[in-house]
Amino acid sequence: MKKRNFKVVNKPLRKIDAMTLALGKPSYVGDLKPRDALIIKMLTSPHAHARITSIDISEAEQMPGVHAVLYYGNVPRIVHTTAGQGYPEPSPYDTFMFDSKMRFVGDRVAAVAAETEKIAEAALKAIKVEYEVLPAVLHIEDAMKEGAPVIHDEPEARAVIPVPYDKDRNMAAKVDMDIGEFEKGMAEADATVDHRFYNHYGQHCPVEPHVSMAWVDREDRIIITTSTQVPFHCRRIVAQTLGIPVRRVRVIKPRIGGGFGAKQEIVLEDVVAMMALRTRKPVYWEYTRKEEFISARTRHPMLMRIRIGAKRDGTITALGLDCLSNTGWNGSQGLTVVCNCGSKVLPLYRCEHIHFNGTVVYTNLPAGGAYRGYGATQAAFALECAMDEVAEKIGMDPLEFRAMNHIKSGDTSPIFRALGEGREGVDQAITSCELARCIKAGAREIGWRKRKPHSDKKGRFRRGLGMACLMQGSAIPEIDMGAATLKMNEDGSFNLLLGATDLGTGSDTVLAQIAAETLGTDLEQIIVYSSDTDMTPFDVGAYASSTTYLSGQAVQNVAEKVRKQILKVGAEMLDRKPSEVTVQDSKVVEKNGEGQVSFSEIALYSMYNTNQFQIGDISSKIVHHSPPPFAAHFAEVEVDTLTGRVQLIKYVAAADCGTPIHPKLAEGQVEGAVMNGITYAMTEQYLFNDKGRMTNPGFGEYKLFTLRDLPEMKTILVPSYEKTGPYGAKSIAEIGINGPMPAIGNAIYNACGVRLRSGPFTAEKVWQGLNGNLPEVKSE
Amino acid sequence: MKSITFTLNGRERSFDIEPDERFLDLLRRSGLTGTKCGCDNGMCGSCTVIVDGRAVNSCILFAFQVAGRIVETIEGIGDFDRPHPLQTAMADAGAVQCGYCTPGMVMAAKALLDQKPDAGEEDFRRHLDGNLCRCTGYVKIRDALLSCSAGARAES
Ligand code: FES
Ligand code: FES
Repeated sequence: MKKRNFKVVNKPLRKIDAMTLALGKPSYVGDLKPRDALIIKMLTSPHAHARITSIDISEAEQMPGVHAVLYYGNVPRIVHTTAGQGYPEPSPYDTFMFDSKMRFVGDRVAAVAAETEKIAEAALKAIKVEYEVLPAVLHIEDAMKEGAPVIHDEPEARAVIPVPYDKDRNMAAKVDMDIGEFEKGMAEADATVDHRFYNHYGQHCPVEPHVSMAWVDREDRIIITTSTQVPFHCRRIVAQTLGIPVRRVRVIKPRIGGGFGAKQEIVLEDVVAMMALRTRKPVYWEYTRKEEFISARTRHPMLMRIRIGAKRDGTITALGLDCLSNTGWNGSQGLTVVCNCGSKVLPLYRCEHIHFNGTVVYTNLPAGGAYRGYGATQAAFALECAMDEVAEKIGMDPLEFRAMNHIKSGDTSPIFRALGEGREGVDQAITSCELARCIKAGAREIGWRKRKPHSDKKGRFRRGLGMACLMQGSAIPEIDMGAATLKMNEDGSFNLLLGATDLGTGSDTVLAQIAAETLGTDLEQIIVYSSDTDMTPFDVGAYASSTTYLSGQAVQNVAEKVRKQILKVGAEMLDRKPSEVTVQDSKVVEKNGEGQVSFSEIALYSMYNTNQFQIGDISSKIVHHSPPPFAAHFAEVEVDTLTGRVQLIKYVAAADCGTPIHPKLAEGQVEGAVMNGITYAMTEQYLFNDKGRMTNPGFGEYKLFTLRDLPEMKTILVPSYEKTGPYGAKSIAEIGINGPMPAIGNAIYNACGVRLRSGPFTAEKVWQGLNGNLPEVKSE
Repeated sequence: MKSITFTLNGRERSFDIEPDERFLDLLRRSGLTGTKCGCDNGMCGSCTVIVDGRAVNSCILFAFQVAGRIVETIEGIGDFDRPHPLQTAMADAGAVQCGYCTPGMVMAAKALLDQKPDAGEEDFRRHLDGNLCRCTGYVKIRDALLSCSAGARAES
């Protein structure tokens, strides 16, 4: 790879907001709460499926300190989706601000805004509700059975884009793709596998729960400050849900305390906006941790059937994946998540005969939503475990088997065109792929050469090695759009206004680096302001691994335009042609000669002196490719065969993200995603009682790893240069979370011969496996 | 309403409090919002402050319990012109992603280092067991904290 001389890009500079946050300066929604804000609390349904037969809010309304009570009887009934996606949304319209039908334990019944939390809580108790309890759908496989209770029986529910949708059968979406002749491919194989896998419920757990506030300003506009990944979609959907014009809503995203997809969703904002309008006071709503677990969003649990056929020489003859996805009480992101099970995973291996089906069903359980990995996580578990199983059957090392079959630079896959996000995809050839080097580097680091089959292992404590290969995408091609505005100030600094949304990833820093590199100046000269629908240009928001690749190109474009303006003014001041000067270290300098003018002199001249104008511009960008980042993950575990306990000894993630614009932040994305994936694989789980109520909604019973549990972790960035990306960059934020389930699952098998096809990988399951009574794969 | 007095970030201060008010809420309504709330029941560590030299979760402490004590919060240990070494180390190591856990991590680590300036990795692992971070995977946090230990400084 050609060595490039970057000045700002590819350098581990201090993240621009790091010190502000480390000092504890007021930065998040909760820190900005006005003193007189009313507190919102929500009464929620105790039943998984029920109809409200009577509700009386009068006593609550009359309590001193209560300013408003909202319920289905006094708010607009406008059907919409809570999914923060582009318009028209691929998610069905199946949600109301409030409804008389309850669809899960935790569904909204009525909201109170009161002067204190205590009053609000007391008011909730004063609301009298009677329910007619309905039979509920509590298992994914029951949803489409003959005679199953219909969850969305309201007439308004519908799909807004032309996709299969059958609410009478609880089907929220369906997608099919067949390439070649799958059955023929299976018949040609020397060995086949055909297994069921289950991806369990899990949650993002941002340490800051969902939180929003709103007030009505003197011009009668609703100003919403909220912890969101999608300020512009939020503005649009809130306006829609309240039945008011978009121009009456302003959405501001301050710093946010983690999102991971959870905040690509309108969870609180419609209610805070409605309350602000109703009370004419600032209102504030923050989820408790318990509410976050139950009523926010989860990873779509999926039951999968994976089939692979291979020849003895290692050729893959058939690849088939059927996904039954549980979208819970609403269909948010159901279709697109399941599409990604196919489109972000199956192209990884070359194969002529491919079958894919995704069916998304409603249940009376918590709703799925966007979650880092977005379907690729679920499918990678099934595919990468099954790859190991086929490799074993044909007697190949799983690493060699993958190395032989994975997609390479110059390859394409028919899947890219066949499967997009809720519609046809976009053809693309892979232009950068260093997966082979990722595999090599990771294998060396974990010590793959010493790997032995489990049958050779003896003793109580047995170690095993496992691996997985991964891909993702970078933005949604021909759908996502990002934009940036850049203007120059008289000291030679610049305001960079971004629609893009930094949710802690460091995208403000990464995008400022791209601007500084293009302008020929330092990072300190870039003042970033992002995610305010009144002030910044549009951006779809932080999802689909789009920000660096897509918004980065918008920033690069606008910075190039501004650089041209600077060169023109600089040339005029130096009495040269623009072609005779260049930018360098915040100056315009003559190419052949001594003359130079600083950015500050240029800005002053353009503001106050001659031919005055504002140096600045706006640029927007859509992309036609979604170059995948690639990764190879390796895990080493130790299994205690007496108790079944699994200890993760070491985890290695080698990733190709193109040019890492900020290497430390890129590593941080990998490490954070991997750790999230590790705890999902090892400990995280939703427990439900037989009435559909989650019984462990707290960090005490829903265990996340802490520093104490950190295994030896090694991140290896294997650079490539993606020529369509800004300074060669692709994405990195999501891919890392897809590896731990299969890599650890494969390592457990290699240690002790127990193949776990559902998580989490508890001691109990391993022990059952060791004793030959592993229960069949099923949902919670 | 009753009034309590305690030392807050080096200054003696008095506050009127509700009898059942949590210390976290008192801090935050007094403008000290650097101390965060992530779970409300002692399970995440984002509300960590130092009381009489010990790291405690302010969400499970009643305000009246700090009467007469010495309290340090994130605002008291550094500012832009003079950040605490832990704050600088966290910022420079790339250990601050969303930053929501950062004040709690810093306070928990400071309590340890105040007691044991040469704390090693095992000490940090044990001492910060109550502090959740969902963004970083802890790798860079560990690196940042270790770089502030006298042990690490002596080695390098
Ligand atoms: S808010 Fe105090 S420990 Fe979580
Ligand atoms: S940096 Fe986000 S929780 Fe730790």
